[in-house]
Amino acid sequence: MIAFVLRRILQTVAVLGVVALIAFSLFNYTGDPIAFMLGQDATMEDRVRLRADLGLDQPAYVQFGRFVGNALQGDFGVSLRQGRKVSTLLRERLPATLELSFAAALIALLAGIPAGVYTALRRHSVLAHVLLAASLVGVSLPTFLIGILLILVFAVQLGWLPSFGRGEVVALGWWTTGLLTPSGLKSLILPSITLALFQATLIMRLVRAEMLEVLRTDYIKFARARGLTDRAIHFGHALKNTLVPVITITGLQLGAIIAFAIITETVFQWPGMGLLFIQAVTFADIPVMAAYLCFIAVVFVLLNLIVDLLYYAVDPRLRVERVVGH
Amino acid sequence: MNDELVSMPYAARLRAAWDGDVTWSFRHSPVAIVSAVVMLVCVVAAVFAPWLAPSNPYDLASLNLLDSLSPPLWETGGKAGYLLGTDDQGRDVLSTIMYGARVSLMVGIASVLLAVVVGVGLGLLAGYVGGRTDAAIMRVADVQLSFPAILIALLIDGVARAVLPHESHGELALVVLILAIAASNWVQYARTVRGSTMVEKNKEYVQAARVIGVAPIGIMRRHLLPNVLGPVLVLATINIATAIITEATLSFLGVGVPPTQPSLGTLIRVGNDYLFSGEWWITVFPGAALVIMVLSTNLLGDWLRDALNPKLR
Repeated sequence: MIAFVLRRILQTVAVLGVVALIAFSLFNYTGDPIAFMLGQDATMEDRVRLRADLGLDQPAYVQFGRFVGNALQGDFGVSLRQGRKVSTLLRERLPATLELSFAAALIALLAGIPAGVYTALRRHSVLAHVLLAASLVGVSLPTFLIGILLILVFAVQLGWLPSFGRGEVVALGWWTTGLLTPSGLKSLILPSITLALFQATLIMRLVRAEMLEVLRTDYIKFARARGLTDRAIHFGHALKNTLVPVITITGLQLGAIIAFAIITETVFQWPGMGLLFIQAVTFADIPVMAAYLCFIAVVFVLLNLIVDLLYYAVDPRLRVERVVGH
Repeated sequence: MNDELVSMPYAARLRAAWDGDVTWSFRHSPVAIVSAVVMLVCVVAAVFAPWLAPSNPYDLASLNLLDSLSPPLWETGGKAGYLLGTDDQGRDVLSTIMYGARVSLMVGIASVLLAVVVGVGLGLLAGYVGGRTDAAIMRVADVQLSFPAILIALLIDGVARAVLPHESHGELALVVLILAIAASNWVQYARTVRGSTMVEKNKEYVQAARVIGVAPIGIMRRHLLPNVLGPVLVLATINIATAIITEATLSFLGVGVPPTQPSLGTLIRVGNDYLFSGEWWITVFPGAALVIMVLSTNLLGDWLRDALNPKLR
């Protein structure tokens, strides 16, 4: 167990090191930062002095060490386009992205699990076929198109919901939330549904497949033989056993949701980190790109680690190896 | 002569499979037939757009600004000759869709081909050589697989933008885009091929080839490649749909195909600006074309996967 955990943590650190190296190379080998900072009419001495001041004349590994040190303290330098500290920019945008992502994950679970259970239990009903067909269409619809269609129907044609921005936000310390105002909540509806739809179809298909699998097993037959009610069998025995993979996948997909928020945020002009990143890509704003890359890497790697460890804790079959070893 | 001998049994096997279950399953699956027909129509309309489209939307001489923003034919105010209406420049929407589908298909197929070549090559290498080569290739694959493809494509595109000189963006955008999508997709092929290579390499025909002194490159190319390619083809069919969606998404985000040579994603992005003033057709029709293309490819891919899966027979 301890060896397993240590190995996983070591892998995690290695992956983060690679990502940091990529981010560092982005910083150092794409254009000359000195030229960015000083402009056209700086003298040669100015350049040399600034280069020495910034430590850019030192060997690459020293610079990389300093980059990692700074990154660990959340310092990614200054945005080339906005002239502000990257860490401040990211911190301002973080609450918007996280609120959107968690709302989407919640919707995906609340829609996906019941739909999956239903399509598994009533396999041949009309509604089950409709849901399955809809899920196939859902997979074929690109996220941005879903957003556009929702805007067209609910914002342009019906005029019920706002189509861009976060609405009014309330500041709680440095965290800004749109969850406490009516306009903030209304603004959240369309983007979160857009982001949730793909994940909901994924969860639905997963729950359905797992349920069908579990319903075929012997202990379900025994449960029936014991005369338990359908409700107890379906929800007490079958659903409970399907939830382990569902939790795993949802955990892993949370990272994907945060990454896919880039698209949703662009469609809805949602002032989150994804929109910041897209603007950085369009304007080749390297410090922002590098910082976002590191942030996403940390999120993904941590989620992977947590899910792996949880899996190990939840599923006793993975521990068999250890027992055999005794 | 040697080539013939090597390829004969494979061709014969392919032939037998084609005459047998797969065609039967195709003839008895209405979904497969309909989606194949729809896909064929899309591909023909896209490939032969210069000859089939009602007008050339990028020929400035044929554009008439007076016709701009006219709605589809069946709406009030629709003008004859513009079945699906026109955009802000007076371009026929149907024609822009056909030309756009051309770019989308081209990028989709080219990036999948590139990803297959790179992925199969590295997968063969990893599976056949093993050891450190295998570990190195598969570690890279593992790391990459833990991030969504779209993020990797975005990152490559962003770096290319920063590194390449500004003037060459327009010309190179398509190449960069194809490279980015391919780079974000090769892992699946590498994994599949590595797995089947490790099974195949211990079989007698490979050992025989080794004994008669065929070089490792020759064994991989001549003997292993034909035998590991089957699952890759199915995967590639399904992935064309994914690649088209990725391309459309990147173009929609404004980092893909430049507006001078728009793909379906670019058209949707441009049309998006007119959504609020009521000109919905500029966005909705390219969007519908995209969904139809992707959906038919997905359905066909699903059917192909089931048809080739011996467990389901």
